[in-house]
Amino acid sequence: MESMDEGILREFLSESLENAEQVERELVALEREPGDLKRIATLFRAVHSIKGTCGFFGFTKLAAVAHAGENLLGRLRSGERTLTPEIANALLALVDALRAILGRIEATKEEGDEAFEPLIDRLNQLDTAAAAPAQATVPAPANDVRLDTEGGATAPAESSVRVDVHLLDRLMNLVGELVLARNQLLLEVASSNFVDLPATAQRLNYVTTELQEQVMKTRMQPIGALWNKLPRLTRDVAAACGKSVRLDLEGTETELDRSIIEAMRDPITHLIRNAIDHGIETRAERAAHGKPEEGRLLLRAFHEGGKVHVELTDDGAGLPIERIRESALRQNLISTARAALLTDREWANVIFLPGFSTAEQVTNVSGRGVGMDVVKNNVERIGGAIDVESRPGQGVTVRIRIPLTLAIVPALIVTAGGERYAIPQANLTELIRVEPSEAADRLPLAFDAPVLRYRDGLLPLLDLRDILHTPSARHGEHGDEAVSIAVLHADDVTVGLVVDAIVASQEIVVKPLIEQLRQIAIFAGATILGDGAVALILDVPGLARHAGISVRSGVPGVPVEAILSEAPSAPLRTLVLCHAGERWTIAIPQEQIARLEEIPRRSVERIGERAMVQYRGGILPLVSLGAILDLKGAREAADAEWLGERDPLPVVVHERDGRSVGLVVESIVEIVAERAAVSASPGARAGFAGSMVVRGSVTELLDLEKLLGSSPVGRDLAPAHAGWGA
Amino acid sequence: MTEGRLLCTFRVADHLLGLDITVVQEVLRRQEITRLPLSAPAVRGIINLRGHIVPAVDLRCCLALPAAERGEGRATIVVRGREDSAASLIVDEIGDVVQVVEASLERTPETVHGLARQLIHGVFPLHDGLLLELDLGEILRVAYA
Repeated sequence: MESMDEGILREFLSESLENAEQVERELVALEREPGDLKRIATLFRAVHSIKGTCGFFGFTKLAAVAHAGENLLGRLRSGERTLTPEIANALLALVDALRAILGRIEATKEEGDEAFEPLIDRLNQLDTAAAAPAQATVPAPANDVRLDTEGGATAPAESSVRVDVHLLDRLMNLVGELVLARNQLLLEVASSNFVDLPATAQRLNYVTTELQEQVMKTRMQPIGALWNKLPRLTRDVAAACGKSVRLDLEGTETELDRSIIEAMRDPITHLIRNAIDHGIETRAERAAHGKPEEGRLLLRAFHEGGKVHVELTDDGAGLPIERIRESALRQNLISTARAALLTDREWANVIFLPGFSTAEQVTNVSGRGVGMDVVKNNVERIGGAIDVESRPGQGVTVRIRIPLTLAIVPALIVTAGGERYAIPQANLTELIRVEPSEAADRLPLAFDAPVLRYRDGLLPLLDLRDILHTPSARHGEHGDEAVSIAVLHADDVTVGLVVDAIVASQEIVVKPLIEQLRQIAIFAGATILGDGAVALILDVPGLARHAGISVRSGVPGVPVEAILSEAPSAPLRTLVLCHAGERWTIAIPQEQIARLEEIPRRSVERIGERAMVQYRGGILPLVSLGAILDLKGAREAADAEWLGERDPLPVVVHERDGRSVGLVVESIVEIVAERAAVSASPGARAGFAGSMVVRGSVTELLDLEKLLGSSPVGRDLAPAHAGWGA
Repeated sequence: MTEGRLLCTFRVADHLLGLDITVVQEVLRRQEITRLPLSAPAVRGIINLRGHIVPAVDLRCCLALPAAERGEGRATIVVRGREDSAASLIVDEIGDVVQVVEASLERTPETVHGLARQLIHGVFPLHDGLLLELDLGEILRVAYA
C-alpha cells in the first residue's frame, strides 16, 4: 500500500466523501417522501460506487460496511422494504461510519482497527427481517447527537478546490499578459527608453488588478458547501428534542471566500440548535396555537451592499422578552437605569451579552453555558455583524452580515515608536484625541493604571509603545502633546490603545506570519504598505490577553451600546438611493417620488437652453440633480450639457402642486427600507433633511420639497412653466 | 557522487560559513527589515520578499557573536527550511560558491563551545582557511525558540 499513487488515493477520498455527503442529503430528503424512487436509485448508486472503488484499493473494511448498506438499499429500490425511521437511522449511521473510515485513511492511509461489525449486523438484520410495521412517525436520532460542533475529530478536511476551466484559462491568459508587460518593462529600462514607461506601467496596473480579481474568484465557493450537512443536523437535533422540524435552504449558490465559509460553520450550527431547542415549540403547543405541527426553519443567503447576508428564521414562539429582562437584571448584566430605556428590539439583542442565559434547565442540545455571545464573537472575528429580531408568537430572525473575503480588510494605520502598525477596522469603535489641557481631567490614574473617562465610565488604557517595548516618543507622563487613543473592542473586551499618531485608514492585504512566529499572539499577520514597507497587523484579542485583561471583565456600560447600535425608535422608511454625481450617494424619501423613469436620449428636446421631454401627454422639464446640488443656477441645471452622457437617462420624477419635474441622476442604485434616525448634520446645505446611516454608511437624505421650494432652481422653474406636467 | 557538493559561502564576523546550495533560494543585497516586537532575540524582524513576509534571522545572535557594527550585516541570504518555509539570514558579506568533497568534511572540533557546536555541521579545510558548514535546521530551530 506504500507504493500507492497519492493522487489516485486523494481522488478516491474526495469522491467518496462527496458520495457520502450525497447519501446523507438524499436520505434526509427521502424521509419526507419515502416513495421517491429516483432518490432511492441515487442513494444506491452512491453507496455502490464507494464500494466498487474501495475494492480496487483493497480497503476491505470500507467495502464490507458499504456492501451491507448497498444490500439494504437494494431492498428499498426493489420495493421489498419501505423506509422506516429504523432503516433511516441505520443508513445514517452507515454514512457516519464511512466518513470515519475515510477520515482515518486520509490521516494514516490505513483503515484503522475500529470494529464496524455491530453496524453491519444491524444493516443485515434490517435487510433480512420481515417488513416491520412502522410504529413511530418521529425519526429518532441516528446516533447520540454530537455536541461538539466539529462533527468528530476524524472529519476529513477539504484540501482541494474545484476551479472552473474557463476561469483557469482566463488566469493563464492574464499571466501571459503579465509576462509580456514585464518583458516590455525590462526592455524599456535596459534601453533607457522612458517615453513608453507610463503606458507600460498602466498596462501592468491593469493586468495586475484583473489578475487579483480573478484569483479571488477561485477562492469563492457557494455557501451550499457548508450547508449540505445542515438538514441532517436539523433532523437529529429535532429528534433529540422530540420535535419535528424541516429546514429549507435558499440561496445556496451565494458565493463567498473559503475561509469565511469555514469560519461560519460553528455559528450557523449553534444557531440552528438553538432555534430548534428554544425557538420551535413542541408539537402540542404548536397545535394549540393553530400552527402546523412541523416547525419550519428557513436559512437563506444573499448578496447585498457588498456583503453576504445570512438569515435564519424560525416560526416558533419568539423570544421570551419578559424572561430575558428578568434574567439580565438578575445577573446584573444591565443596570436598572439603562433597562428602563430599552425597547423590545433592544431586549432581544441582550441575548448576545456574555454570560447571558435564560435556560432553567440544561438540555442535551443547548443551554450549556455556551451562549449566543460565542456566536457573536465568532461572527465579529471575521468582521461580521449579527442582529436578532423577534416577532412574539411568530418566530425569530437572526441576521448575519459578513464580508466577502478576509484576505483584504479595511484597517487603520497607526504609529508607535516610529513604526507603523495596522488595526483591523472590525475591532475599532472610535478614535479619541485628548488635548493636553484636558489630559489631567480625562486621563486619571486608577491606582497605577491609566484610564480614560469614557461615556460615563472608565476605560482601561494600554500603551502600544509599552507593549511593543519601543522607545516612548513622549517625555514625561502627560507631555504637552495631545494623546491619540483608539478605542478597540474584541470578544467582550473594550480597551483604549494609546498610540503615537493615527496615520490613515486604508484597505490592506493580510499576509500570514510563518508558523514559528505565530506564538507572538499580539500580531494577526503582516501587510505591505503602498511604499513597500512591512507593517504588522495587531490582533486585538491577543493584545488584550497579553496585557492581562481578562476576557470576562467588560467595561460597565459599554457592551450594551456596542450591541444596540441601531436606533430602534426611528420610523421605518423607504428610500431611493441614487448617485447624484460621481460616487456621491444620496437618499430620497420614496413618498416624494412619483415615478422612476428611464428616458432615451433621442427623445430629449431642447427649447432654448432648457431640456425637456414629452411625457404622459404633457411636457416634463428635465434638470440635473447634480448640477442643482452643485449650486448651479436654474439655467445651468436645465442645460442639456449637464445631463451627462448616459443613454437612457435615469430620471426621478417629482410632483408638486400638480406639476412635475424630472431630476436626472447619475444612476439609481436601489430602493431600501431602513429604520434609521435622521440626524441634522451641522452645516447641512439647503435641501437636505440631514444625514442617516443607510447600509452601514452615512448617507445624506434629500428633501425634494425643500430643495425645489427654496432653491433658486425651484422658484425659477415653477412660475415659468406653470401648467406643465401631468 | 564523488565530485562533491556546492556550498554557498558568506562571512559573519571573521568566520567563513557555508550552506548547501540546494537550500539557498537567493541572495539579496540591502534589505529593509521591519522590527518584530516580542519576538525571539535572534529574529531581527521581517522582510518583504516580493509580497511574502519572511523572517530575518540574525546569524550573529544565533552564534553568540558580538552584535554587528555599522556597515556590517548588510547582505541577506534567503533559505528554504523544513516544509519549504522561507527564512532570511543576515550576514556580513556574501562569498563565492565553493565546491567541496564530502570526504574532506571534518567533524566539528570538540573544543568548540556553546551553541555554535550544535549549529556547525562540520568543517571543510580549504587551502586559505576553514569553511564551517552550518546546519540550517538547527539554526532555525534555535532562532525561533
